[in-house]
Amino acid sequence: MPKDDGIGASTKRREDVRFLTGNGKYTDDINLRGQSYVHFLRSDVAHGRITSIDTSAAEAMPGVLKVFTSADFASAGGIPCGWQVTDRFGQVMQEPKHPILAEGKVRHVGDPIAAVVAETYEQARDAAEAIEVDIEELEPVIDMKAALADGAPKVHDDLTSNLCYDWGFVEENKDAVNAAFESAAHVVSLELTNNRLVANPMEPRVAVGDYDPWGDSHTLYTTSQNPHVIRLLMGAFVLSIPEHKLRVVAPDVGGGFGSKIYHYAEEAFVTYAAKVLKRPVKWTSSRSEAFISDAHGRDHKTKIELALDADHNFTALRTETYANMGAYLSTFAPSIPTWLHGTLMAGNYKTPLIYVNVKAVFTNTVPVDAYRGAGRPEATFQIERLVDKAARELGVDPIELRRKNFIAPDQFPYQTPVAVVYDTGNYHATMDKMLELADYAGFEARRAESAKNGKLRGFGIAHYIEACGIAPSNLVGQLGARAGLYESASIRVNATGSISVYTGSHSHGQGHETTFAQVVADMIGIDANSIEIHHGDTSNTPMGMGTYGSRSLAVGGSAIVKATNKVIDKAKKIAAHLLEAAPEDIELKDGKFSVAGTDKSVDWSGVTLAAYVPHNYPLEDLEPGLEETAFYDPSNFTYPSGAYGCEIELDPETGKIDILRFIAADDFGNIVNPMIVEGQVHGGLAQGIGQALLENCVYDENGQLLSGSFMDYAMPRADDVRGFTVDHSCVTPCTHNPLGVKGCGEAGAIGSPPAVVNAAIDALHRAGHTHVTHIDMPLTPSRVWAAINS
Amino acid sequence: MHNFEFVKPSSVADAVAALANGEAQPLSGGQTLIPSMKARLNAPEVLVSLTGIAEMIGVSRDGGSLVVGAATTHATVARDAASHFPALAALAGQIGDPAVRTRGTLGGSLANNDPSACYPSAVLGTGATIVTNAREIAADDYFQGMFTTALEEGEIITAVRFPIPEKAAYAKFLQPASRFALTGVFVAKYASGVRVAVTGASEGGVFRWAEAEAALSSSFDADAIGRLSHPADEMIADLHGTSEYRAHLVRVMTQRAVRATM
Repeated sequence: MPKDDGIGASTKRREDVRFLTGNGKYTDDINLRGQSYVHFLRSDVAHGRITSIDTSAAEAMPGVLKVFTSADFASAGGIPCGWQVTDRFGQVMQEPKHPILAEGKVRHVGDPIAAVVAETYEQARDAAEAIEVDIEELEPVIDMKAALADGAPKVHDDLTSNLCYDWGFVEENKDAVNAAFESAAHVVSLELTNNRLVANPMEPRVAVGDYDPWGDSHTLYTTSQNPHVIRLLMGAFVLSIPEHKLRVVAPDVGGGFGSKIYHYAEEAFVTYAAKVLKRPVKWTSSRSEAFISDAHGRDHKTKIELALDADHNFTALRTETYANMGAYLSTFAPSIPTWLHGTLMAGNYKTPLIYVNVKAVFTNTVPVDAYRGAGRPEATFQIERLVDKAARELGVDPIELRRKNFIAPDQFPYQTPVAVVYDTGNYHATMDKMLELADYAGFEARRAESAKNGKLRGFGIAHYIEACGIAPSNLVGQLGARAGLYESASIRVNATGSISVYTGSHSHGQGHETTFAQVVADMIGIDANSIEIHHGDTSNTPMGMGTYGSRSLAVGGSAIVKATNKVIDKAKKIAAHLLEAAPEDIELKDGKFSVAGTDKSVDWSGVTLAAYVPHNYPLEDLEPGLEETAFYDPSNFTYPSGAYGCEIELDPETGKIDILRFIAADDFGNIVNPMIVEGQVHGGLAQGIGQALLENCVYDENGQLLSGSFMDYAMPRADDVRGFTVDHSCVTPCTHNPLGVKGCGEAGAIGSPPAVVNAAIDALHRAGHTHVTHIDMPLTPSRVWAAINS
Repeated sequence: MHNFEFVKPSSVADAVAALANGEAQPLSGGQTLIPSMKARLNAPEVLVSLTGIAEMIGVSRDGGSLVVGAATTHATVARDAASHFPALAALAGQIGDPAVRTRGTLGGSLANNDPSACYPSAVLGTGATIVTNAREIAADDYFQGMFTTALEEGEIITAVRFPIPEKAAYAKFLQPASRFALTGVFVAKYASGVRVAVTGASEGGVFRWAEAEAALSSSFDADAIGRLSHPADEMIADLHGTSEYRAHLVRVMTQRAVRATM
């Protein structure tokens, strides 16, 4: 059994005490002396040319400090994109400027045109209504294929077309893939949509800019998943503020799911305006504003084909995907449909030949970027829907077809044909575990019970692979990333033995303050309560890349292990001096240093006190103090995988689907806190089921957002997501990070959508509705009913 | 939200007087008006609260009728109507969420006449009487289309008198996002016949389904309407359902309401 608060213990989340008692400190809780408020006037048309802006009436309104337009940002850079994709012809992507406030044109509903700063928020809003803007409306491009048609209106006049890039992967395999299709015994194909989603974290975005004229220094408080990245992007590329004059603080953050990774115009605005006005400037997004200004997720249209030989071995896979970029390139947008999607197209299978084509398209919609899973849900959905369809068309069991083509446990490390090398995995084990937990053998009896009540019961299966812990910096650099993707940690041991840990990861719901403390406590053998985790402030944490891609424990945790090991190494030298022994003879156990084979020992605090009160100390060989920093750059991604089973009841009269049970058997490698892992999977499943059954971000042909509030954008509620059984007992530890961990934050959202849709198709087929081969997400009652009656 | 004056009269007469000011608007539970003011879609200069008028609050039995004060919250109806008119109580208990039910009122719902609101189906489905400060209006005359009613400017609903049916039920199919009625059907059986009122489905707002009423009046059995189908013309089509789907749900939910009658 693990210790109460060591690795493997379900330690209760220490941060929850302040969250549950209303004592969290979020960005909106920060109110500075002399603070002013900004309201953004946003475009209500999708595409148009700004012919004039008259701010004079607004400037004269009560409490108004200044009205800003793009003219005020002539010297500022655009919001940068952090990833440059090279297309299949060797050309770099088309990269339009993304101004802080619209320059000349508006390109989506919500595009900020002007900003009013006033003494109160209401005054700023009142004055914004007095700004006179003339916009010559232009025909918008909303549909991706229409956007690529000859003569389509251009979102960006200075680009050659609305095509951002046409990416092929692996381009050299294309001919061989096509040849394999020519000689295939069976070809199965599917066209599908991966629906556009809005992340909707509970806390909307907030930014507070502050400027200190005496030090000519800036502070930005913001709802970010990665304050150092914001400091770098905004400082270096947008406002030309050097890092030593810019502090970015992301305090308690109420959920991100990817949408708070990116650098947004509002952050640059408040930082800049605070200097212009010599007053703190605060922006708090409303929920309505979030729908039209937070980056959206997914939005792919794909045709996928699978070639099989006569024995049902997968011989080749090819896809053509249209990926919506929206009107501008958000920070990591180009990487999502390419490197985070194409490299996962092998799934769990031995498919030897794969070709992925992705056309990224500009449209007059909100920018699209990573959302929980980011590329891997899109890959998994395609593969697992298609494998299910293949089994149906071939008349074979979908489980057996998967098993036949699984990469076998003895084939790891496994080089896929799409660049990545899976280090470990055992897909048969997770499939077995899921079927056992699901009582799959008893399904037929349960189905018969449902049938008595007029309900169609179905069981859907999906097996996913994902890549977490992004990523080896040198590799992502070759792939177009404009940043490294290491993580950092500083361990500051205090004189009396307590420890302050400074991590470059950021916690916005993941429970780092608990898990990271468990790791350090376990390594040293001290009480976790004597360890504090600090994150989110660039002024005291080492340069780190933040939290996304399920990377915090695999990369950030590894940096903490590395730094802690440095601390232990030095502490052993101090202990050796105190115990008059050689450092190599010193053992650390349960917070006590002892000389091997003797009863001589000194406890942890004895050593730490000596480090800071170095009276009896080897000063000639060793510096005083006990504080170490480490940077960890992973040598590979990690590859969590798992088998998901979804059992549903479908009401054929209304088309309504009820999830009865959802079984997740994941292989996350080693686990630090099982309770937190379960919570992460629950959250991921809720979002994946939300995508499959409820959530849909829809624009009309004029570019107006039809699902712009919770009245029309269906978020999952507690009674939509129930019956979860979560298991993580199948463990193949990661081979290349010190904790052997893989990451668990996104798995639920990756593996669940195809399981839900497969369950619906299964229910319909078992009831004889065999003409329904696919229904696009979300599987709303109306869509399901229409499919049955088509 | 723009600034406004707020008055809270304690009698119907005072409320009527306060509303005589043309820029004033009545405020009941505020479940529609307040969000629209926050979104700056509505900016009344004066709000006249109707929730401080004792005579407009409460549920009482009057012979064969149940009288519900217009400012009575959904939560109170769910609780206090249960022993008299369980189908009405059940409907009230399904509106919105606990926060909405604690603030929202019967009168507010009827005055707004949202085409997807639940209450209009119960009022029309029972042939209730809408009592105002000036007159009594039969349900069949009251609902005049989406967000449109027979109320005059400044007229206040004070109570609704529901004739208690022999049996009744409300069957609601949820719009997945808002959880308003995508289609909701109230069925009430009286000695004189059966009434069927449908909400959520039609662009014209709540309506009676005469064909089903006739079939159920001669045989009060879900199977009696199994072969009926409501036309899709003028049914709402949106993100959540096509007009054909809603037309289909009208029949399905009517049958479910008949099966659930209590």
